[in-house]
Amino acid sequence: MRRWLPGWLHWPQLDVPLLAGLLLLMGCGLLVLYSASGADADVVNRQAVRLAVGLAAMLVLSQVPPHILKIWTPWLFTLGLALLLATWFVGTGRATNRWLDLGLVRFQPSEIMKLAVPMMVAWYLHPRRLPPDLITVLIATFILVIPAVLIARQPDLGTALLVGVSGFFALFLAGLRWRLMFALAGLAVALLPALWYAMHDYQRQRVLTFLDPESDPLGTGWNIIQSKIAVGSGGLFGKGWLHGTQSRLEFIPERHTDFILAVLSEEFGLAGVLVLFAIYLFITGRGLYIASNARSTYARLLAGSLSLTFFVYVLVNAGMVSGLLPVVGVPLPLISYGGTSIVTLLAGFGILMSIHGHRTFIR
Amino acid sequence: MNIRQRIRHSQSSPIKDQALESRRFTERAAVAFALVAVALMLLAARYVYLQVLSHEEFATRSTNNRVRVVPVPPNRGLIYDRRGRPIAENRPAYRLEVVPEKAGELGPLLERLGAIIALPEDVQERFERNRPRYRVFDSVPLKFNLSEAEVARFAVDRHRFDGVDVVPYLARHYPQGELLTHVLGYVGRLDVDDLGRVDEGNYRGTTHIGKTGIERYYESALHGSSGLEKVETNSQGRTLQVLERSSPVHGDDLVLSIDLEVQRAAWDALGERAGAVVAIDPNDGAVLAMVSKPAYDPNLFVHGISTADYRAILSARGRPLFNRTLLGGYEPGSTLKPFVGLAGLELGVISDGDEVFSGGEFYLPNVSRPYRDWKRGGHGSVNIYEALEQSVNTFFYQLALDLGIDRMHDYLAMFGFGAPTGIDLLGENAGVLPSRAWKRGQFGQPWYPGETVIAGIGQGFNVTTPVQLANALVVLANGGTRFEPRLLYAVKHPGNTRADRIESPVAQQVPVADPAHWDTIREGMRRVVHGRKGTARAIRPDDGTEIAGKSGTAQVVAQDRDEDMDEDTAEHLRHHALFIAYAPFERPSIVVATVVEHGGGGSAEAAPVTRAVLDAWLYQERLP
Repeated sequence: MRRWLPGWLHWPQLDVPLLAGLLLLMGCGLLVLYSASGADADVVNRQAVRLAVGLAAMLVLSQVPPHILKIWTPWLFTLGLALLLATWFVGTGRATNRWLDLGLVRFQPSEIMKLAVPMMVAWYLHPRRLPPDLITVLIATFILVIPAVLIARQPDLGTALLVGVSGFFALFLAGLRWRLMFALAGLAVALLPALWYAMHDYQRQRVLTFLDPESDPLGTGWNIIQSKIAVGSGGLFGKGWLHGTQSRLEFIPERHTDFILAVLSEEFGLAGVLVLFAIYLFITGRGLYIASNARSTYARLLAGSLSLTFFVYVLVNAGMVSGLLPVVGVPLPLISYGGTSIVTLLAGFGILMSIHGHRTFIR
Repeated sequence: MNIRQRIRHSQSSPIKDQALESRRFTERAAVAFALVAVALMLLAARYVYLQVLSHEEFATRSTNNRVRVVPVPPNRGLIYDRRGRPIAENRPAYRLEVVPEKAGELGPLLERLGAIIALPEDVQERFERNRPRYRVFDSVPLKFNLSEAEVARFAVDRHRFDGVDVVPYLARHYPQGELLTHVLGYVGRLDVDDLGRVDEGNYRGTTHIGKTGIERYYESALHGSSGLEKVETNSQGRTLQVLERSSPVHGDDLVLSIDLEVQRAAWDALGERAGAVVAIDPNDGAVLAMVSKPAYDPNLFVHGISTADYRAILSARGRPLFNRTLLGGYEPGSTLKPFVGLAGLELGVISDGDEVFSGGEFYLPNVSRPYRDWKRGGHGSVNIYEALEQSVNTFFYQLALDLGIDRMHDYLAMFGFGAPTGIDLLGENAGVLPSRAWKRGQFGQPWYPGETVIAGIGQGFNVTTPVQLANALVVLANGGTRFEPRLLYAVKHPGNTRADRIESPVAQQVPVADPAHWDTIREGMRRVVHGRKGTARAIRPDDGTEIAGKSGTAQVVAQDRDEDMDEDTAEHLRHHALFIAYAPFERPSIVVATVVEHGGGGSAEAAPVTRAVLDAWLYQERLP
């Protein structure tokens, strides 16, 4: 077979441990989703279809060798940027301009950027001498800030954060000097007040509510309070699958999407949460391991950035559900119900698989 | 290196040390993984804090979230007349309720609701006033007793009104309408102002409370005790299942001593005239009828009376809201004479055969003003029998003078004059039984003999209520026992099959010096109806039933006999007609006091009404 096909298109060299971790996660996700949706098999089926589509995307991307990806990178980034600008004018969606309607498919260009930004930063950094010097850092920062700002204006703070952070991780892994890093961090903190003015009213309200949820227990504080009650009432071992009163009686808002971790926490308790964390830790660790073994700078930076960004999803979502962080629309990866993020995430893992599979074929 | 050198350096050195970069990357990846691990540990710590350390608090809040304690209001006790006919009942009805937390802004909501359901004008004001009564996610009633059309219209548009619901309940209804208003009173919507007099916890689910009459006096018995339901609700507050239930204890059913037939007889006999009738069973102090006219329909008040209806009642002739039986203060006039006469006999001031000459006018020494008899030229020499039969003023002028006001006061007080009777209704008027001390206290003035003279015929300062008058006659009829009259005859506790009889408490046992004295007064009263010259001989029954009675006239304005009342006298200046009676004479079973306002003479106007009431009762009594 190998003889008749182009060299890079041989049968998938999937990383079995990573795949196992992902499948385990998806299995748990479907289980929790069944309960969170009120035992609605339709919802679970639709999610399963999405996961299948995502896995297919992963499979396809795992066959594309990193050097091909590297060639596509600037074009993908440019396309993503163009689409983002397009949403500015023709976006559809409830009160926000996130969606672009392409006839059959509606999708969020910001999802492309979740992959395109770390790719672009890695692409920009890979020929340069590392650790990057100040100018390189500034240009790389520019690359990640432009799409992040565009997405934040949509407004989609969660995705903007993820996009920005993924670019930053590439920089960090490239050996960004600590001094520069602290300088950037200082700059970011200094810009916080400016961010406050740039925020929409509902976003400000979320932050205020996060600071004091009990100030409006029936309004904006409801989500945080009910989520914390769900988590806390779960205890050590939870109320049992399908027996979470907070979720079954619809006290948890967005319980099958952004707040699905609250359902899991309520029904499976601390034990379930720790098992989930362990799976996430394993997947992140495995991703970093793959990155470390990659042979090209581009592949390393990209793989490392994708792995760490994946973890940021978990961190932000779990922090939000437990009331540690303000409510931002970041799903629990591969568990929350919802289309585009699943496909993007699995596509990202496809890239990781490819980097893993092609580690010996790199020039 | 300065910045320019750096730029040149980075651009001009494409040759990279791959091994070094890889090693550096691995270092950074290790740092990143360590940070990931630390972050996860912090997260895990947060979950430990929530799920282990604060578990109990959140478990409680989770339970409180889903479990609501819903009060289950008891059914209000029913009320029957003494023969078991319902006079206050509960009917299934629908009310409109809103859960403010779910409904959003009230103003626009009410506007939209108003388009399909006619809401009371004060709905928003009432809502705001009563809001503190209700807890978060409690539903607040907006309108009671929806019509079928309104229920249907709402059902169609229901999806437009989040948090608004039509709820079935039991509504109070008074099938006899205005006939019993002044006895039963009515229930009205429970207001925050009402909560002061009840246990708030017991009234959480209750929407109506007794506002006046029996409904108010026996509120606690009629209301019962609220039950509780622990229900599981979802976040929208919809009840999913009942987890626990403690049943309410329904209110007691009350049986009143009122006899509907007697009540109606009195009502009909009064006709269009304003007045009052009180009938009491002298054997036990049970009230048989209690009519005050005009009255109003109590059902109007149950669901919240409209401003227009209320204004109509307020401005109606004869003040329908005024309960004349309890609050109406009338001069007793000649109806006081039997009691004054009994005082004279019992206190030894006069004896059976003593005669007084009536010449038409009575003078006090050194006073030129005459005190007149009603009959020009007087009645001649009369004894106590004749004095009662013909209502001879001079006899009682003299007797009053001989008794003196204070002795008269003390004796009549034993019959309940000048004090509330203690009937089971609120707000009773005490009336006035004058004495020297009373006048000094009231006006700071000394007592004049002339005031004693007219007090002997029930004029001057004397004020009695119809219920007082009837209750005083009870004492005379039964030979000395004064009861606190009772409307409540029996109570049926929920679950019991039989009602428990409620006895009227005895207020006073009037000492009897000689039973013959009492018989003398009774005989005098019998002659009022049956005597040849009796003032009320027109109402003498043909069937041999014997009635003892006494007429009276309460002056509205002081008038001289010379300008006797005639057709031309403006109605509102005409005297009130009074009549008291009991029957049957030998074994009395009913006492009646009647007032016909502006009726003129007692015998002509009030006696026939009294007769109709007596007939209704005596006829009832003969029924098996």
